[in-house]
Amino acid sequence: MSMDRRDFLKIAGISSILGFGASVASATNLITDKKLLPPQVDRNKEALTAKRWAMVVDMSKFKAEEDFQKTISACHTFHNVPDFRKPDGSVDKKFEVKWIWKAAYERTFPGQENKYMSEHVKDMPFVVLCNHCDNPACVRVCPTKATYKLPDGITMQDMHRCIGCRFCMAACPFGARSFNWVDPRKGLKAELINKEYPTRTKGVVEKCTFCTERLSVGKVPACVEAAPAGALLFGDLEDPNSEVRKIVTEKLTIRRKPELGTGPAVYYLIGGGDHA
Amino acid sequence: MKIYNKGLVFSGILVFAAIALFPFYFQGGRAAAKPEPKTDTPAIQEYEKLNGKKECVESKEYMRGEHMQVLNQWRDSVVRDYYRGYTSNSNHKRFNMSLQNGCMTCHSNKKKFCDECHNYLSVKPYCWDCHIAPKEEETKS
Repeated sequence: MSMDRRDFLKIAGISSILGFGASVASATNLITDKKLLPPQVDRNKEALTAKRWAMVVDMSKFKAEEDFQKTISACHTFHNVPDFRKPDGSVDKKFEVKWIWKAAYERTFPGQENKYMSEHVKDMPFVVLCNHCDNPACVRVCPTKATYKLPDGITMQDMHRCIGCRFCMAACPFGARSFNWVDPRKGLKAELINKEYPTRTKGVVEKCTFCTERLSVGKVPACVEAAPAGALLFGDLEDPNSEVRKIVTEKLTIRRKPELGTGPAVYYLIGGGDHA
Repeated sequence: MKIYNKGLVFSGILVFAAIALFPFYFQGGRAAAKPEPKTDTPAIQEYEKLNGKKECVESKEYMRGEHMQVLNQWRDSVVRDYYRGYTSNSNHKRFNMSLQNGCMTCHSNKKKFCDECHNYLSVKPYCWDCHIAPKEEETKS
């Protein structure tokens, strides 16, 4: 059989396109397992549900250093968040992993520093955590869909899928994500590990999950439970009768960097005092 | 037929064969010990006493062949779809879809239950990089 160069190139071209197309198609089908559907699987009856979970942070309720510590350590011990220390006992910033932490006013609300602000507000540390945005930048950039939005507004992540590219960390305007540079178990005390929650592994990014695993068994997030009464309020923003909705409607609350358009769901009540 | 460097060639072939066939004569034709996963944890024995039989989420044969798919489906279901309860096809009981708080509460003998076969087959699932394996003391059989 004889074939001229033109015919050979045509056939070679078409077959390589077909072959390449098929390999792309099969490689992009990430989930090969059949999905489990109700009634085979169901939600726990006791699970707390909402259309849109949100949090109100009432800064006036945080009075002493101890209030912050209680709140933060409740979360971090429950979720096995490692605590890396330098030999002198200070936090090793290089390896630090944080889900909820303290930040200064100018870091929390940059661009909103007024000249003659009350010393109290200016010097007060703020409780900051993942904002579980409506339109999160981290989810847009994740190449493996390891981080994603749940229908109830929580920005969740699947540690099984995270490849540790850290795009989400670059994208998040709130610095809410931490990377595991080393095996996090090295920063945990064996006797303090919560056996009901996994740790993470080296090379994945982690952050606050609004305690999805606690909501599913009818408990409020660990920080909300441990914080001083009324300091952290958690509820359904879409429910007109919920406490968070009432405060957001009746009081003046501010959110972190709303101008970026990510739609944070953590509201800050600064002037505080008594409320509903 | 003339072969150049006969000595080198044949001794080379011999050395190659010795290395390539090493696994066969090292084992001496015997098969390696068959893995025998154990399901004799206190929780399972308790269950057997109460119910008169051992049973898992699905039948033994199904679990033996498909537990990887089961675990993958459970993981996606819990992490991505909120579903945490699984109703068995075989005994219609509802189970908590959780490795740490489900499977391992009965199968608390990871070494004898998981590792026994995984080591034999040289598969290394990364479950335990994150998930915390149950403490093992009682499995000194």
